[in-house]
Amino acid sequence: MCGLCGAFGGSDHWTAGTGAETAGATPTAERRARAATANEVLAFYGLSLGEWAGRFTLRSRTGRMAVVEHFGAIWPEAERLAGQPCDPLDEALITRLEAT
Amino acid sequence: MNGGDKLSVHVLTGFLGAGKTSLLRRLLALPALGDTAVVINEFGEVGLDHLLLEAVDEDIVLLKSGCVCCTVRGDLKNALVTLMERRRSGEIPAFARIVVETTGIADPAPIVATLTADPMLRHHFRVGNIVTVVDVPNGLSNIDAYPESLRQVAAADRLVVSKADLADTEEIAALEAGLRAVNPTATLVALDEHAVPDPERLLADLHDETARPAEVARWLDAVASTRWRFHAHGTHDVNAHRDIRAFVLRNAQPLAWPRFALWLSMLLNRHGAAILRLKGLLALEGVEGPVVIQGVQHIVHAPLHLKAWPRGVPLTEIVVIARGLDPTLVQRSFEAFNRLRPAGDAAA
Repeated sequence: MCGLCGAFGGSDHWTAGTGAETAGATPTAERRARAATANEVLAFYGLSLGEWAGRFTLRSRTGRMAVVEHFGAIWPEAERLAGQPCDPLDEALITRLEAT
Repeated sequence: MNGGDKLSVHVLTGFLGAGKTSLLRRLLALPALGDTAVVINEFGEVGLDHLLLEAVDEDIVLLKSGCVCCTVRGDLKNALVTLMERRRSGEIPAFARIVVETTGIADPAPIVATLTADPMLRHHFRVGNIVTVVDVPNGLSNIDAYPESLRQVAAADRLVVSKADLADTEEIAALEAGLRAVNPTATLVALDEHAVPDPERLLADLHDETARPAEVARWLDAVASTRWRFHAHGTHDVNAHRDIRAFVLRNAQPLAWPRFALWLSMLLNRHGAAILRLKGLLALEGVEGPVVIQGVQHIVHAPLHLKAWPRGVPLTEIVVIARGLDPTLVQRSFEAFNRLRPAGDAAA
């Protein structure tokens, strides 16, 4: 369950959107695409996200791992695995994203 | 995701002595709200004797207007589940909406969180309007002195200005300016002590498809005025109240939903306590019309569709009411995560 929003499963969490944004993609392909998007940011913290059986797995470079039920639940786990805050207002992160 | 047959739960809040019980007493007598269930703290506070039709049990009474009135004996979840069970069994009449009155010092966000997060409640209910009553004599000083009052005002969809008859026009104007600074997107409703309150104006919410375009148009009007009301550095900023500031994230390029969801979930995870309210329209890749998004603190409601762009042009505009966040940095982060050209460049 998501500590942030309390959602069970991913289908009705707000991060799933309205469904219209991903029309045409299979659920697995859609989750893989989302994981690839998240990895652009998670790489900054030495983490990577993968699609796994309708969920996501979050891994650190040292092999620590967490299962994430839905896209909105990534960040509490990412902070735990990275051992640091994941702040989208961090100037260093923003500068790196602007450069890519 | 329009909520199907879920019931709207409106939250009636306001600081101690603001006049929310007085407003509630007047609303309960209205036949127009006969299909409403009201959850209050104690029957005694509202003084229902003259409205009472029948007591179902010690916690639930039926009023002459048709309203079902229920007290919170344990927690809110229990009260709502009891109401739904009694409704299903036919012990109380069917109702079309619920109004929950909070205690005077309550932050409305946990109520919204309960409705949004509880696995049982979220399938029966959706969050309607947050209606906050603010009285003219004490409203501004309460906002300054009590964080709870500030959060009630910042979270509001409707700001009801009460006890205007006890103040002069300058005091009323000062309060309204203060409320606009904290929460420019809420509709201000002046409560006339001698007129019947308009329940439609207070309770028509985003889930009502007929009311949705007008509601969103009101936000955008607030956005339009926000654009011009920022003052130069060092002068008074009418969109700020102490460290609370309303600002707008804006960009004309369509957003990819996964990027936006990633950014917003990350922002709310780290800064959810500082973001008191968030409302806006999104232009999304692959989606024809606008998508409405709104949240209170770290809670985001399920996005809703709007049939047409209110101004005919696709444009993402998100109003954020936040404490201590730098609007320029938030906009820069929003653009970097979403791979957007800076809005200033696009306009040039």
